[in-house]
Amino acid sequence: MTEGARRPLRLALTLPGTLWLALFLAIPGLLLCGLAFLSRGAHGEIVWQLSLGNFQRLLGFSSFGWTADYLRILVRSVVVAGVTTVVALALAYPVAFFVASRPPRRRSFWLALVLIPFATNLVIRTYGWMLILAPALPPARLARWLGLIDPQGGLFPGAFATYVGLISAALPFAVLPLYTNVERLDPALLEAARDLYAPGWRVFRRVIVPLTLPGLTTAAFLTFVPTLGMFVVPDLLGGARYWLIGNVIQQQFGASRDWPFGAALGLALVVLTLAAWWIVRKKGSAGSLA
Amino acid sequence: MKRRGTAFVAYGVIAFLYLPLVAVAAFSLNASRHGLVWRGLTLDWYAKLFADPTFFELTRNTLVLALVSTVIATVLGTALALGLERYPWPRGRANRAIEALIDLPVVTPDILFALAAVTALGALRTISAVFEPGMLAMILAHVTFELAFVALVVRSRLVAVGPFYEEAARDLYASGWGLFRRVTLPLLAPGVAAGALLAFILSLDDFVVSFFTAGPSSTTLPIYIYASVRRGVSPQIHALSTLIVAVTVLAVAAAERLSRPSKEQAHAA
Repeated sequence: MTEGARRPLRLALTLPGTLWLALFLAIPGLLLCGLAFLSRGAHGEIVWQLSLGNFQRLLGFSSFGWTADYLRILVRSVVVAGVTTVVALALAYPVAFFVASRPPRRRSFWLALVLIPFATNLVIRTYGWMLILAPALPPARLARWLGLIDPQGGLFPGAFATYVGLISAALPFAVLPLYTNVERLDPALLEAARDLYAPGWRVFRRVIVPLTLPGLTTAAFLTFVPTLGMFVVPDLLGGARYWLIGNVIQQQFGASRDWPFGAALGLALVVLTLAAWWIVRKKGSAGSLA
Repeated sequence: MKRRGTAFVAYGVIAFLYLPLVAVAAFSLNASRHGLVWRGLTLDWYAKLFADPTFFELTRNTLVLALVSTVIATVLGTALALGLERYPWPRGRANRAIEALIDLPVVTPDILFALAAVTALGALRTISAVFEPGMLAMILAHVTFELAFVALVVRSRLVAVGPFYEEAARDLYASGWGLFRRVTLPLLAPGVAAGALLAFILSLDDFVVSFFTAGPSSTTLPIYIYASVRRGVSPQIHALSTLIVAVTVLAVAAAERLSRPSKEQAHAA
């Protein structure tokens, strides 16, 4: 086919999808960046005047002096997402090795088994944890009997429930990229390391981690970023004391009707996402991300 | 010995992933109306579910959103993948820009995605009131992330199939619509179906984007559950959640079957 004949076909095929993505994702994304530099009027309307007020507020400066409220939530989001990522990765390795050790014909079955909870609505899964951790049920009773929680209390809301919810939500993100690397791992290398009397954790650190590094960094990114922006899990299982940045964004776009400040918080989330992306790239595995 | 330890941990982790789903399903069969005391098995909640107009509406909204957005996203995403792979721009830059646009939803946290949709709809509302929060707004937002995933899946199928069959058909003077319908589409069908299933699963799985774009009459099941968990959930909701999980399981199983390499491909490899 000549270039002249290909052009109308090319436009007809790619233009609708490209325009759709531009209209609902790329352009509004840029608009949001601009919105962060405007401010909110008395009735929740947008005031068209450039200011850095939202970022000052984010850093804690207000007309009443300095508070660390929003900074604390930012730091907490990073710490909680970091801890969740580390635990999810630690739990994902055994699953990846287990699936890779199955006969090839059974592997897709086990992968589907990991995917099903992942494909199930997060609100339903989180609600399931609320049922399990409720005061009347055995886990909370055991914790009370051990004296770990108040005599009247349940296991949620609180930090424990938040972590359980976040880790179970993030785990499948960690398993899949690790599995694609572990599957290609040469078992002879692990045997060789063991034959040379390397202890288990050293085999892991010196052999398994370097050989699965692309999958590991991808898994870390895919666990860290969604956890950072999560608002369902901390809202339902954590309560107001365990709010993450996603909860504040939701509040600003919802009840507070302060879109410009919400956009500034969104921008902070973008910056954190890009920082994570940059670290992943530095580790040299960006190619396997998408 | 070491292997058994790994398997043991793996079983534990997989069980951990299923615990919340099992809990919801178990309580959907619990005869007790209030609280979490176990009072024996019943299927009453399922029967009540089918008799209740509220739940009928919730289910209808959830499925209309998932189905309509899947159809639009599948058509647009498949076209986009075909255009990129078979009719690329002579210069690489335009292709790379579109590729980046497709990758964007994959790496964007869903709350940022929701903010982008809210902003776009807010701007479009100045043109027409059609873009008020509601079913149309939700469908527009859902199509956006689904279409990117469909394009990725279909594109990888196009790469796997290669251009050779189409070239052979062209040598035999097939062209235009006939070539597409008789050669390209049959070759592509498993990829399109897998992409459509993924879009459907993603729509059912979504809460955040729906929550930000929903209107008063377009409440879907996840939004309803989220809104009612604090004041206590009626047992019908357990039943409805269990049914939604069952639909998800079927969709994942179907997608898994489609993406499994066929016998011929396994032999060729």
